[in-house]
Order: sequence, then C-alpha cells, then structure tokens
Amino acid sequence: MNPFSSGTRLRDMIRAIRACKTAAEERAVVRKECAAIRAAVSENDQDYRHRNLAKLMFIHMLGYPTHFGQMECLKLIASSGFPEKRIGYLGLMLLLDERQEVLMLVTNSLKQDLNHSNQYIVGLALCALGNICSAEMARDLAPEVERLLQFRDPNIRKKAALCSIRIIKKVPDLAENFISPAAALLKEKHHGVLITGVQLCTDLCKISTEALEYFRKRCTESLVKVLRDAVNSPYAPEYDIAGITDPFLHIRLLKLLRVLGQGDADASDCMNDILAQVATKTESNKNAGNAILYECVETIMSIEENSGLRVLAINILGRFLSNRDNNIRYVALNMLMKAVLVDAQAVQRHRATILECVKDSDASIKKRALELVFLLVNDSNVKPLTKELIDYLEVSDQEFKGDLTAKICSIVEKFSPEKVWYIDQMLKVLTEAGNFVKDEVWHGLIVVISNASDLHGYTVRSLYRAFQISSEQEILVRVVVWCIGEYGEMLVNGIGMLDKEDPITVTESDAVDVVEIAIKRHTSDITTRAMCLVALLKLSSRFPSCSARIKEIINQHKGNLVLELQQRSIEFNSIIEKHQNIRSSLVERMPVLDEATYSGRRAGSLPTTVSTSKGASLNLPNGVAKPAAAPLVDLLDLSSDDTPAPSSSGGDFLQDLLGVDLALPSLSGTSQAPSSGADMLLDLLSIGTPPVQNNVSTADILSSGTDTKKPVVPLERLSSLSSPLPTQVSSAGASPVMDLLDGLTPNLSTPGDNGPVYPSTVAFQSSSLKIMFNFSKQPGNPQTTSIQATFTNMSSNAYTDFIFQAAVPKFVQLHLDPASSNTLPASGSGSVTQSLHVTNSQHGQKPLAMRIRIAYKVNGQDVLEQGQVNNFPAGL
Amino acid sequence: MGIRFILLVNKQGQTRLAQYYEYLTLEQRRALEGEIVRKCLARTEQQCSFVEHRNYKVVYRRYASLFFLVGVDNDENELAILEFIHLLVETMDRHFGNVCELDIMFHLEKAHFMLEEMVMNGCIVETSKQNILTPIQLMDKAS
Repeated sequence: MNPFSSGTRLRDMIRAIRACKTAAEERAVVRKECAAIRAAVSENDQDYRHRNLAKLMFIHMLGYPTHFGQMECLKLIASSGFPEKRIGYLGLMLLLDERQEVLMLVTNSLKQDLNHSNQYIVGLALCALGNICSAEMARDLAPEVERLLQFRDPNIRKKAALCSIRIIKKVPDLAENFISPAAALLKEKHHGVLITGVQLCTDLCKISTEALEYFRKRCTESLVKVLRDAVNSPYAPEYDIAGITDPFLHIRLLKLLRVLGQGDADASDCMNDILAQVATKTESNKNAGNAILYECVETIMSIEENSGLRVLAINILGRFLSNRDNNIRYVALNMLMKAVLVDAQAVQRHRATILECVKDSDASIKKRALELVFLLVNDSNVKPLTKELIDYLEVSDQEFKGDLTAKICSIVEKFSPEKVWYIDQMLKVLTEAGNFVKDEVWHGLIVVISNASDLHGYTVRSLYRAFQISSEQEILVRVVVWCIGEYGEMLVNGIGMLDKEDPITVTESDAVDVVEIAIKRHTSDITTRAMCLVALLKLSSRFPSCSARIKEIINQHKGNLVLELQQRSIEFNSIIEKHQNIRSSLVERMPVLDEATYSGRRAGSLPTTVSTSKGASLNLPNGVAKPAAAPLVDLLDLSSDDTPAPSSSGGDFLQDLLGVDLALPSLSGTSQAPSSGADMLLDLLSIGTPPVQNNVSTADILSSGTDTKKPVVPLERLSSLSSPLPTQVSSAGASPVMDLLDGLTPNLSTPGDNGPVYPSTVAFQSSSLKIMFNFSKQPGNPQTTSIQATFTNMSSNAYTDFIFQAAVPKFVQLHLDPASSNTLPASGSGSVTQSLHVTNSQHGQKPLAMRIRIAYKVNGQDVLEQGQVNNFPAGL
Repeated sequence: MGIRFILLVNKQGQTRLAQYYEYLTLEQRRALEGEIVRKCLARTEQQCSFVEHRNYKVVYRRYASLFFLVGVDNDENELAILEFIHLLVETMDRHFGNVCELDIMFHLEKAHFMLEEMVMNGCIVETSKQNILTPIQLMDKAS
C-alpha cells in the first residue's frame, strides 16, 4: 500500500480538525488530507476509496473544494457492493451538481441500478436521481421512473413519486405521462406514498393545466375523503405528533385542495365541509395543530368564496394574532398579508393589533407587521396610521429606521390628501430620521415644495424651526438650505402666514446663520456644502444687508481642497464682485419644477431602451474628447443643435457649466452617488429636463421620440435666467453662459443668425447600409461642426449590437455622443441616429476627412464595414 | 420544492452538517452559511423562530448546543417546518440515543442517510421514524 495514501482513519482526521485552534491550522490539516486523498485517487487505491470519500464529504462540508473526488464517486457507484454504492451515491449528491459534465457518465450506472434486483439499490438510485437529475437524464430515465411508480414495495413508490417531480420540472413535456400514475397513488394507504403522491399531483397541477383539470374532475372528492380519514384517524403511534396523526400529510392535502379549489366553484364547494371541520376541530394548543390551522386558513382564503368559512378563517387569524407565542404571531401576520388582498375589511379590524406588532422587539415580526401596515393604508386611514408610524420612528432602533422611513415616505407620497399635510409629515420624518431618507424622496419633496406656491413661506419657516431642533440630519439640512436659498425673504418677512402658524421673528442675519452653520458643520458632505454655496449666492442679492458677510463666507472656500467647492466659491465671488448688474436676475427664484417630468423620471422610462442605450454608450471606444475637457465646445454645439441626442451631453455640459463635478467619490467620501449629486444640482438649478445619468436621460428622450425640443429646454431656462431675451434661444443662449465661465461681458449675437447651411451628404453606402450626415454649425465658432449621422439598414435582416466608430486626422477633435439605439430594424423601416461633434483646428486650411468603421451582428454573425468619408461640404 | 437547504450548526457557528437542494457554488455556500448563522445565533429565545434572509426564509430551532436551520421558500408552512425539525431530531435520537454534536460529526454519513430517507429534492418523503431508520439499521446489521 502506498505509504502516503490515507494514513489516518476518518475518525482521526475529524479529531485532528477539531483539535485545530486556528483557521490556518485547520487549512493545513485539510491540505494534507486532500494531498493524501489525491495520491490515493491517482494510485487508483481500491481499499480506501470508501473511507476517502467519507473524508472528502467532511472536508466539503467545511467548505473546501473537493472536485477531485468526483470521479471516485462514479467508481464507487459502479462497484457491486451495497455499502460502496451507498457512499458513492451520497458523495454524488453532495459533491456534484447537475452542471458538471461528470453527470453524463453516471446516467448509465443509474439506469442499471434502477433495474437492479435489490430494492434497496433501486431506492438509492431513485434518491440520487431525484436530487441531481438534469434535463437529459430526465428524458433518458423517465420510463424507468414511471415503471417504478407501480413497484411492489411502497418505499420505492414514494421515492419514485418525488423523482417524478424532479423529472417533470426539468422536462415539462413529460408531465402528461405521469398524470394517471399520480392519480393512482392517491388511493394508497401508506403515508409515505400518499404524502409524496399528493406532492406530485400538486406539482403536476402547477405545470400542466391538463393535469389540473384532470385532478379537479376526478380526484377532488377522493382527496376530501383522504383528508377526512386523516382527520378522523385513530391514534397511530408511528405518525402521531401531539395527538394528531401525521400533520405533514394534512398540510400537503390542504395545499393540493387549495390548488384544485382556486378558481373553481364546484371543487371549492366540494371541500367546504371538510375545511370547516379542520378549522373547528383542530386543537390549537400545540404547534402541530396550529400548523394545520394555518394551512387551512390559507386554503380557505384562496378557494372560491364561502362567507361562513371566511369568517372562521379570519377569527382563527385574530386568535393567532393575539397569541403570546411569537411564532404564531409571525405566521398570523404573514397570512394576513395574503388575506388583505381577499378581504381588506376584515383585516382592517385588526389594525390596532398589527400596529402594536410593528413596535415588537423581534425584528422578523416588526418587518412583517410593517409590510402589512403598508398594505392596509388607504385614503381614509392614512393620517392616523402615519402619525402612529412617525411617533414610533422616534423610539425605534437604528437598524429598523431605514425600513420604517422608506415605508412612511412611500405612504405619505402615495396617499397624501393635501400638500400641507405631505410637507408636514416629510418634515417630521426628516427631523427624526433624515439620514435614512433616500435621495429621490427628498428630491420629490423639493419638487412639491416648489409647486406649492402658497406654502413657500410656511414651509421655509417650518424648516427653519426644524433646523433649530435637529441640525444633525444631513438631508434635513439640505432641504433647509435649499428652501432658505430660494425663499429666504419669505422667512424674514413672514409672507404667506397660515392660520395655524405661530408667528416667528427671523432676521436676515439669522437666515444666513443657518446656512453658515450648515456649511461649517464637520459632518456636512460636499453636496450639502455645494448647496450651501448656491444658497449663499442667492441670498447675497436678496439680503443686501448681509451681502458683505455672505461674500466673506463664500471667500473662505476659495482655498477649499475640494475642487468643486473651490471653483464655486471663486466663480460666485466673481459674480458678486464684478457683475452686480446681472446678479439679481442671475439668482432669481427658480422656475417651478415640473412635477410630471419628475414623477415620470422616477417611474423610469422604458427599461428596454435604457438597456440598449446603455449598450450603445458603453460600446463607444471613440468617445474621444472628454466632455469635461471641452465644455465650451459642447456648450456651443449644443445650442445650435436640435437633435435629440445631445441631451446626454447636455447633462455633462450643464454640470460643467455650473461647475458641478461631483464625480469625485474619493474626495467627497460620502455615500452620495455622483450621478444623484448631479441630479440634485440639476433639480436645484431648475433645469427641467431629466438628464440624471447619461444613459437614462438618453432613454428618456428616445422614448419620447418626437420630443426634439427637450434638449433645448435647459438652455432656454438658462438664457432666461441671465438675459431677458428668451426668444434668442438657440443662438444667444450660449453667450451668457460663456460669460459665466469666462467673465466676459455679455456678447449677444444678432438674433436669428443660425449660421451657414450645409447640404446633407451620403457619407457611406453599401448594399446593406446607408449613412447620411447632416451638418450644422455654431455661429461664432466656425471650427466646430455638429454632425448628425443617420444610419439606415438596407437589408432584410435586423442588425443588433450596432456600433459606429469614426477616426479623424490629428488636427481634428472628435466627440461622439451615444447612438439612439444599438439595434437597426430591417429594410429601412427605422433608423438610428448619433451625433458627432468635430472641431477642426485648421479650419479654412484643411478640409475635414474621416474614416469610419461600422460593426454589427446579423443573425448572430459579426459583420464589419469600413469606409472613408471625403465628401464633406466645403467650409467645414 | 419547499426545502432549499438544511444546516446543522453548533453554537460557535461551525457547520456540522449541510445539505443543499439547489446548486450553490462553494463560495456562495460559505457566504450564505456565514450570514445566516450570524443572524440566527444572535437572536434570543423569546424571538420567533423565523428569519428572512435574501430570498430565503430560515426556520431554526435550537437543541442544546446544536442549531437546526432549514431554508425554505416563501410559501412554505413555517410551523410545519418547525415540526419537521423536531421529527428529524427525534429520529436521530432514536438512532444515536440522545444525539449530540459528536455523533453527527463522527457519523456524518449516517446523518446524511437519515436525511436522505426523510427529504428528497426538497420535499418530505417519509414521516415515520421506523420507516426512516429501517434501511439504516439493515445496513448496520450487514456490515
């Protein structure tokens, strides 16, 4: 015998492992054992195969890789002795899984064993097959299993029944073969066969409607009889649990009856009596009895309505709910969640008890109860329920606050009867648990506040008060700062006083105090501080008396280490110092945010377009010029461009414009996602378009399809902010923006000048694909050209994974926006567009040129086309 | 399929028996076991025996130093699973005579054989202790 192989017995190995004091020691022991077993495997050691496999199972349980033992299992299964086969099959089930190719090899052994003369070996094979069978094995071995359903020994029949479940789940087509053998099993007396037979019928019903009809018609009555026999059966010591004979069988039967009764009045009628009997007669002082009652209630609630039974069921749940045992209360809550869909009225009666459960000390019960409360809320009870939940928010433990806050916010948003109530509740939540509030929730709050023009004063005063009480909640601070920035003068002047309000005296300096505290708090993150700076800028024109102080606070951030804050500080400072004349119009109150746009964005646009556009933008290796590197280029292109695509770069550009470069997670060190930061700031500055994340926004635009005006909106707004000439949208919009960045004096170009017009050209045409280029230019920036490329599929097959790439000479800079889609429908029935921005640094000296490459898939085949575009119109 | 895994864990959190009825990779198993065991062991006697974790519901029961954890689907009858755990323990008791952690460690394969007779592919096969143990006793006699 090999001296290295399996030197230790199984027992010794286990002892050695138990004796290990550290994980490292354990690993060492396991490594040594594995090495010995590997050696034995390669030696093909027969004597210790059995023991080695037992060791491997133990090692596997500890969580170490044991794949090298897989072949050993097969060898053991192929041997003739029962003990070897036993351990071999066990090893197979534990170490292998259906994904392994090794499984193919075992099919033959299984087939032989299923036909073996020794019924125990047949049992082993059935058990293994039932646990690991794959679709191919199921097809190969289904006839054997079908035959074994009629085997003489019930212990084989029961295993064959469960094996059949695996088979029909893997290959649903085989289900019909099993319908009548399964029905036959229901007539058995052996509990094992009955319980597995019932399970098989249940699964057949789920897979095949044919089976469901069959069992409904022919077996409902006999099943009712089986259940009645089980309920009335005399004491049977082998199956007795707490005075009930085989509760597991009861439960399986009730489950099957539920499937049969659902949506069928006759079948439901047939089982009414027995359900009533189970519901009334079952002892409820032991767990086993309660398990049956629980299942019975679920069946009653699922089958066709019978008011008498429903009352019984709801009463049982009521009893459960007031039970002292936490397990029973948990299942009651669970069940009530299902019952609420059937009979909300009845569940409402238990509302008080359920609310108590939300306050339970047990996390599982709390969670269930909270979900149930959420389902119970309607227009009539939203106020008291919300009050209860918010009151509880104060005392609940930290881990639960997240869930609770999310649910409260969602209830308040969904059912709020009036705006003032909504704002009040949200303020309470922000005060209690502001740090748990998700971004979209407080963004939503700001949108609502912005729309409630009669409540601006009230809101800002309430927020001011809230801030005095709890300035530790980051999100509350943000909302406070935003509102003070916007509505600061209402706070000071007491405008829009509501009857219920207490008067409050706030000076201009008090209001600035709030923002100053917020910006100086150590816990404030970059988003909050950035918002503070914006608020200060706004206040500087609203509170002339505090202007000097505000300027000083802004100046303090000139040397901030965070680029974002530093840049804002410097830019804002220059606005205050050099541009007194335009400042007041620049920092006007934000236009009302569009609620519909916001809620539409939250609901999420078509998910399919999201994914495709994501694909398209990810697949753009040629997105050469970083948007941040050339903000002006983007900016200028954008304003003259009326294609839908720029909206995504619109997002970038606006970020650039406002210096919102929050994509510095390492710097900010907060949990705030960069994209949502941008989102917030866009909201903040009232840019009504939805360029949240580039992908999504593209999708938004695309899904709206015709809405080509949208991308212009941000500019419209911006220009209206800074210049009183909103008619000059496309041409003039850019200028004040440039001013902002450069500090130049406004340079309004002549309205109506849209630059020279260039003819469209066919840039590329092959038998399968046509590419059109449309050109537009920015007045005042002759170097830059925006090209809209339109791709048309000339063949009869759709193209997928469509990617357009372009290369330009060194003197040209190219920026590619994401394509509108990455699939191109067949026969020119649709087209994909993509915007390119080209900056020719040698404008007037050298003409544009471009090489293009198009890759796509037709019927899964990769296709690559290339070409050169030389026919650009002169003057680009 | 109701039962998705059965775990036996001692109170130090070490796995003593693990049987999965769906495929998980070794890493997934280790992660899952770690998370679930931590969650369950932290709970007190008074709290209910059910813990929701990811898309599993875990029904657990403690016997002396051993925790029995059963992961089930959401629509499984939790109370019945509690009863099933008890049946499993009684069956082991009958075979080993007052089962303890060491019995299971040193007779891991026997514990698995018992489980095999009770659960197949996540469904309960047999609820009679006598029927469960007969094949195992026969094998003991033969060897």
